[in-house]
Amino acid sequence: MDLDFTILRQLTQIFGPSGSEERVAEFIATQLRPYCDELKTDALGNLIVSRHGTGKKIMVAAHMDEIGLMITHIDKEGFLRFTPLGGVGISNLVGRRVKFSRGRVGTIGVEKLEKPSEFKLGKLYLDIGVASREEAEQLLHIGDTAVFVGDFVELEARIISKALDDRVGCFVAMEAFKRTKSTHELAFVFTVQEEIGTRGAQTAAYAIEPDLAIAVDVTATGDTPKAHPMSVELGRGVGIKVLDHSMVTSPQIKRWMASVATDRNIPFQWEVLEYGGTDSGAIHLSRGGVPSGVLSIPTRYVHSPAEILDKQDVEAALELLVALLEGPID
Amino acid sequence: MLLKNLSELNGTSGDERLVRNFLHQHLEPFVETINVDKMGNLIATKNGHLGGPRVMIAAHMDEVALMIMEITNDGYLKFQPVGGIDPRILISKPVQINESLVGVIGAKAIHLQKRSERQKALSFDQLYIDIGAKSKEDAAKQVKLGDYAYFMTKCEPFGEGLYKGKAFDDRVGCAILVELLKKSYDFPLVAAFTVQEEVGLRGAKVAAYHIAPDFAIVIEGTVAADVADREEEGWVTELGQGPACSLMDRTTLYNPQLIQWVTELARQKGIPLQFRRGSSGGNDAGPIHVSKAGIPTIVLSVPCRYIHSFASVISVKDYSACLNLVDELLKELPGKLGVGSIDKEDNL
Repeated sequence: MDLDFTILRQLTQIFGPSGSEERVAEFIATQLRPYCDELKTDALGNLIVSRHGTGKKIMVAAHMDEIGLMITHIDKEGFLRFTPLGGVGISNLVGRRVKFSRGRVGTIGVEKLEKPSEFKLGKLYLDIGVASREEAEQLLHIGDTAVFVGDFVELEARIISKALDDRVGCFVAMEAFKRTKSTHELAFVFTVQEEIGTRGAQTAAYAIEPDLAIAVDVTATGDTPKAHPMSVELGRGVGIKVLDHSMVTSPQIKRWMASVATDRNIPFQWEVLEYGGTDSGAIHLSRGGVPSGVLSIPTRYVHSPAEILDKQDVEAALELLVALLEGPID
Repeated sequence: MLLKNLSELNGTSGDERLVRNFLHQHLEPFVETINVDKMGNLIATKNGHLGGPRVMIAAHMDEVALMIMEITNDGYLKFQPVGGIDPRILISKPVQINESLVGVIGAKAIHLQKRSERQKALSFDQLYIDIGAKSKEDAAKQVKLGDYAYFMTKCEPFGEGLYKGKAFDDRVGCAILVELLKKSYDFPLVAAFTVQEEVGLRGAKVAAYHIAPDFAIVIEGTVAADVADREEEGWVTELGQGPACSLMDRTTLYNPQLIQWVTELARQKGIPLQFRRGSSGGNDAGPIHVSKAGIPTIVLSVPCRYIHSFASVISVKDYSACLNLVDELLKELPGKLGVGSIDKEDNL
């Protein structure tokens, strides 16, 4: 497969922290409109793109939101205090650049500390290059959100960028939607608020009532120096989720995914994640329960401005998703 | 005064009966239907016969309190908190058990403490309630395991326009809901007085599911941190600056368009408004906004100093401003129901 990553490049750089995913939704809607029968957003902001069919009703979910931060206070000198939006590691925030919805950039500073143990969120502030509260308030308000700055860089085999979590999932789902000749009833959901508790997926699954669901998301790896032991590595194929904190995948789903991958010669690896969760965690508990699985794209440094993944793993995820949607499903 | 009555009633999670009965009686003349669901939520409806979008307003009836878990051989009562309580505020305070019985939360007098004991706060395990019983048998005649012990505080005015009292979280919300139900609106309005908020937002989850509203407004009492020993950037809310509009907490990320609507309307009407600046805690909006296919939800709170204690403090100005603002929001709501719930096909 010779996959063009231009759309992924665009996707990663669109502003879309949890709660403000509209621009990502607009971009995806524009891309997928020619390929779909129906396109809508729901009360929480999920984008639901459907194509009618005669088989099973399959929900595919990838989340549009990225981690970021929210402004909680502006002081007299124009410095901002903030609270994290999603799983933001506090320890290495100093010096990081952030960007607001209208493009304003700022950087994170820290108060003078008597000893390192005093380091905590309350000691951090955001400097947006203004000298007073009045000046700051002309640019933004309490409650405004920002994302981390992290350019998209395409290397020979790998990609570095912010927000690969989970724009790469959106990318895989979009490409699969364009390519698939599936005769099943398809509802591709680009979800909101995954990073703060898989909330969009919860309401979307309720509304759609699928027979089956597949989430596409990133996962961690164990292939860096002295990493926490985990068998997932970059470049070894798409991850088929076995377990995370939100779900244990049913044997039928695992068997189905692995056998299709094996038949088509698509490289895959079993993924056991000892923390975190994905949209499938919320979907599989919807109503009377929905059989659900996850295709994972191995990604290093998840939730940093420089996440890294391998292009072959993305291709494998796309191939497997397309194959799963096209085959018969028991 | 309604708020005083509500504040002085005892009703913790799982034992909201007195509050529910009071509200039931009080509301009957003003609403068409009023009933209690299986969890104990009190649901009062106006204009239920009208078609169109339904609006839910919600406040929780339960307050934090203590539950008796064990009677010791000496007749003392061991207890655990119902909801979030700081054990350090409990020592030497009187509590009300079963309407007629008063107890005192005991602890060793300072004379009897070792130096090391003085340096450490007492935990729930070390505290007990003394009801003056002579023995286990004597105590067992007056209380049983599972009974509740409540803070005893009269609701009284003090300072300039301030009130002190217990259970303002969330009897302020209940009182505001009552005031709103006395007004008239021209759309179906369903008020949910919920149970078990303090122990995990449980009543609201069930209420939102069966009410299935198109929009929800939650009225809360929230933390005010404009107290000594806190710098301004740590103040979550301040007394006297109006109701606080929530931006984000542990259970909900509020819709920016809805926040903008609330902000603009408050400005237009000259009603003071502040934001709840902090992301800890949660409230009934959490389960409500993700109920079924999703429900656009906002939260407005009356700031309370010393929340979850024997005596919280609120400002009457904030209470009235909160009532006014929700009233104005409800008046404008029918025309705004598209905001944040863009259900139209192909709207992008």
